[in-house]
Amino acid sequence: MDSTLSRSISLKINGRAVQATVDVRHTLADFLRHQLELTGTHLGCEHGVCGACTVLVDGRSARGCLMLAVQANGREVTTVEGIAAADGTLHPLQQAFKDLHGLQCGFCTPGMLTTLVELLNDTPDPTEAEVRVAISGNLCRCTGYQAIVDATLAAAKTMRGTAAAGGVR
Amino acid sequence: MSDHGPSSLKHGERHNGDVNPRRKFVGQRVTRLEDPPLVTGRGTYVGNLNFPHQLHMRVVRSTYANAIIRSIDTSAALAHPGCRGVWTGADVADIPPITFRPTSIQGLEPYRQYILARDRVRYVGEPIAVVFADDPYVAEDIADLVTMDGEALPVILSADTAPGEFAPGLSTEALVLRKNFGDIESALSSAFKVVEVDVQVGRHSGVPMENRGALARIDHSRDVLECYGQGKRPHAHRDAVATLIGRSPASMHFYEGHIGGGFGVRGEIYPEDVLTCLAAQRFDRPVKWVEDRRENLLACNHSREQRHVVRGAFDKDGRLLGIDAKLWHDQGAYVRTHGARVPDMAMGTLIGAYHVPSYRTVGYVRMTNKTPAATYRSPGRFESTYACERLMDAAAEQFGLSRIEIRRRNLIPKEAYPYARAMEILDHAVELDSGDFAGLLEKTLVDIRWDELQAQVAARRAKGELVGVGMGFFMEKGGLGPVDGAKVTVDTKGKVQVITGASSIGQGVETVMAQIAADALGVEYRDVKVIHGRTDVLEYGIGSHASRATVMTGGATRMAALNVRRKALEFASRHLVEAPVEMLDIVDGQVVRIDRPGEPGIPIGKVAAALAPSPATVEFGNPGLTAEGWFETAGMTHPYGIHTALVKVDPDTGETKVERFHVAYDIGCAINPMLVEGQIVGGVAQGLGGALFEEFVYDERGEPLSVTFADYLMPTANEMPPVDVLLTEDAPSPNNALGMKGAGEAGITGVGAAIAAAIDDAIGIPNAITRLPVTPQRLKALLKQRGAVPA
Repeated sequence: MDSTLSRSISLKINGRAVQATVDVRHTLADFLRHQLELTGTHLGCEHGVCGACTVLVDGRSARGCLMLAVQANGREVTTVEGIAAADGTLHPLQQAFKDLHGLQCGFCTPGMLTTLVELLNDTPDPTEAEVRVAISGNLCRCTGYQAIVDATLAAAKTMRGTAAAGGVR
Repeated sequence: MSDHGPSSLKHGERHNGDVNPRRKFVGQRVTRLEDPPLVTGRGTYVGNLNFPHQLHMRVVRSTYANAIIRSIDTSAALAHPGCRGVWTGADVADIPPITFRPTSIQGLEPYRQYILARDRVRYVGEPIAVVFADDPYVAEDIADLVTMDGEALPVILSADTAPGEFAPGLSTEALVLRKNFGDIESALSSAFKVVEVDVQVGRHSGVPMENRGALARIDHSRDVLECYGQGKRPHAHRDAVATLIGRSPASMHFYEGHIGGGFGVRGEIYPEDVLTCLAAQRFDRPVKWVEDRRENLLACNHSREQRHVVRGAFDKDGRLLGIDAKLWHDQGAYVRTHGARVPDMAMGTLIGAYHVPSYRTVGYVRMTNKTPAATYRSPGRFESTYACERLMDAAAEQFGLSRIEIRRRNLIPKEAYPYARAMEILDHAVELDSGDFAGLLEKTLVDIRWDELQAQVAARRAKGELVGVGMGFFMEKGGLGPVDGAKVTVDTKGKVQVITGASSIGQGVETVMAQIAADALGVEYRDVKVIHGRTDVLEYGIGSHASRATVMTGGATRMAALNVRRKALEFASRHLVEAPVEMLDIVDGQVVRIDRPGEPGIPIGKVAAALAPSPATVEFGNPGLTAEGWFETAGMTHPYGIHTALVKVDPDTGETKVERFHVAYDIGCAINPMLVEGQIVGGVAQGLGGALFEEFVYDERGEPLSVTFADYLMPTANEMPPVDVLLTEDAPSPNNALGMKGAGEAGITGVGAAIAAAIDDAIGIPNAITRLPVTPQRLKALLKQRGAVPA
C-alpha cells in the first residue's frame, strides 16, 4: 500500500467547519491530535478498550483510535475541547468532576466526559447503575470510579434543574 | 510525646517552634487547583508536546525470551527513504548499563541492563534497536524492517525452581537477602503450635493510563538538554541520565508537565529515556518517543511476583513467639533502578502490626526471562501483608479462635510505641513511630456494624449463597527522608509561588502544598501556585514516591512559608508598622495588628514591594519576600489500617463479586480528606485488580500472553463495589509538626489479604486461597478439587 495516499475531507469539529488533506491510514484521533492540535483526545491503548480517545461523532460516542480520519468526512465531531460553552463556562459535567474530585491524573477524563455527555443527552435522570454501565468501556486507573459516578449524578441533577428553569443548554 | 534520646531530631526546634499550627485550609476538603486544564483538554502530557523539526524514535524489541544475538539486520531499514538513522547495541557501546540507586546491598552490578541489547537478549520486549524518522507512522514502518537472528536458549520462568545461568559463570540467583532478630530457633522448638502457609502473588503492575514517553531537545540558547515527560523523581533521574550520556547535571533539565498516573512504575530509569536524550544530543534535533500499549505491557516494569512460605510459632494462647519466613522473588530479566528494594521491603514489613519477638527471613532474588520487575504502589507490602495475613487466618483456624481475636492478641499495644525492631528496611532502622491499632479495630467493627454484617452473612448462607467476609490488617510506611527543600516567594500582587522538588502524578500535590503553605503564611490557598517536577528551578528535589511527598515536601513547604511569614512580620515591624513583631500576624493575606481587630492591614503584596532590592532591604538582611525551607526527618512514618471485604462467589462460573469494601486508615493528619479518600478508593480498585483479575501470563517459551487490555484485565466501573472509608487521626506522627503520615498506598496494601480471606469464608474452606489473582478459572478448579461443586 502506498502509505502516502491521502484524501481531502471536510467535516465539522466542535462547531467549526474544517477542510483538510489526511493520510488515509491516519486514525481520527491522530488527525485531531497531530494535524489539528486538539490534544485533549488522549490515546491510552489504540485498540479500542480503554476509552480515553472517545469523541462524539454526530452525537454518538466513538473510539477515535478505531476510526480513520477519512471516515469522519461529512460528520460532526465533538471533542473534550468542544463541550464547554462558547463563553468558556464549563459544562455541568466538567464542573462536577472538578467539584467532586472526579479525576486525579486526568488522562482518562476527556473520554469519560464525552461518554457521559452522550449518556446525559439520552438519559437525563440516570440511575447509578446506568452511569456505571455507560462508563464500563472507559478505564480509569486512579479514582476507582466512585467519584466519577457521583459527579455524573450531580451534573445530571444540575442539568435537569437548568432545563426545568428553561435554561439554554 | 515520648523522648527518643539525644540523637533524635524529633523535637520542637525542627517544627520551627510552631507547636500549634493554624488550620484554616489544612484538614479541609477544598477542590483541586490542578483540575481546570484537565477537564478542558489542555493537559501537557508528553504525547501532546511537539517541537519544530523533531524526529520520532521507535524501538525494535526482542521476540526471543532468551537468546544469543547472532546478527541484527538493519539494511532494509536503512534503505527506507524516510529513515534518518538506526542504532543497535554497537552504536551505543560507549553508554554504560543503567545504574541503580546505591544501597548497602552489594553484588547486583552484573545484572544491569544496557540501553540496547549487546550480545544477548533476556526477555520478549527487550530493546534491540531504535530507528528514527520524521513521522511517527513512518518510524513504525521502518522498525518493522529490522530483524534479529538469534540462537534461542532455554528459558527460566519461575523464581522458585532451581537457578540457572544468567551469563557464563553467573547464577540467576542474583542475591540472597537475610534479616533476623531474636531467637527464632527456640521460638520454633518451644512453640505450642507452628502454623505454616505457602502462598503466591501473581505478576502484575501499575499500568497507568498514559503510556511512557519522552521528548528531548538541546536548547542552544542555554546549552541545555531539556527532557519532557519525566515524572516522579525528576532530580534523581536527571542526575543519573546525565551521567550515563556524559553530560554534567547542570547542563540538563527535566520537566514533567502532566503525568498520566504514577503507581511506582514511573520511578524506573528505562532504556528508552536514555536513548531519547542521547538521540537529541547526537542528532542535534528534538527527539520524541511515545510507546504504544503493547510496548507498555511488555517493557514498563512489572511487579509483585513472589512466593512466600511463612511459619508462625505460637504459644498456647495463640500469641506469636516468632515468624520464620522464606521468599522467592521473581526479578525478571534485569536489575534496574530499584535494585533489591522490593524484596527488601517485603521481608522488612512482613510482620506488619504484630508484636513478633523473633523473626528470621531469607529472600531468594532470582532472575527470570520476563520483563524486569520493580516497584508498584505499596511495593513489597501488598505481597507481605497478604502472606502474613494468610498466616493469621490459618492460625485462627488451628486455634479455634475468631480471625479478629487471633489478631487482637498479637497487635502491638498502643503503649509500646515508638516500637523498635532490631532490623533495617532499606538501610533504615525500623521504628514504628506511633499507633493504636486495637483502637482502630474497635472503630472499624462499629463502623462496619460487624455483628449485623455477620448476621446478614449467616442468613444468606442459610439460603445457599456463598458469601463471606475477610479482613486484611496492614502496617504501611511513608515519609522516608532524609531531607527535602522548598522555596516560597510572594509577589507584589500578593500571589504566592511555592517551588518544590515534588512530582505531580495525579495525586493532588499542588493543592496539598497550597493548603499547607496558605496556613503557614496566612493567605488564601487559591492564591498559591505550586511548581513541581522541574530541575531548572530548584537544585534538589525528592520527587513523589512511597507516600512521601506530603510528609517531606509538605514539611519543607511549611518551613519555607513560615520563614517568609517571619521575614514579612520582622520587616513590617521595623519599616511599615509601629508595632513589635509579637503584635503582628498575617491573616487573609494582610499584615494586621492582633491587638486591633478590624483595623485595616497591609497587603503582603505591599510588603513584598517594599522588600524589593534596595540599600534598605540589603541592610535588613536579604531582599525580596522569599525564603527557602528545609525539612529533615530521622525515620519513616507508619500509618496503618484495616481492609474489610464482603464477597459473593458464584460456584457455577467461579466468579467472585465484591459487594462491599471498607477501609479504615489512621493517617495521622489528613491535609485534604477528599483527596485522601480519592487515593484510597483508587488504591482499592488497583488492589482488586491484583487480587482478582490482573496477571502477566507467559507461555512455556516465555512468550508474553498479556499484551493488550483484552488480555490484561483491569477493573472497570462494573467490578468496583462501593468503598467506604473511615479516616482517623488518632496516632499523629511525632516526626513532623502536622502529624502527617502519608496517603498514597493505604488503599491497596491489604486488598489481597482481605479478598483471599473473604473468599475462604464464602466457600467455607479455610485457607483455600493460596494464590493471587483468584481468577474464575482458578476458583472453579479449586471448588471442583475440594468437592464443593460437582466435577
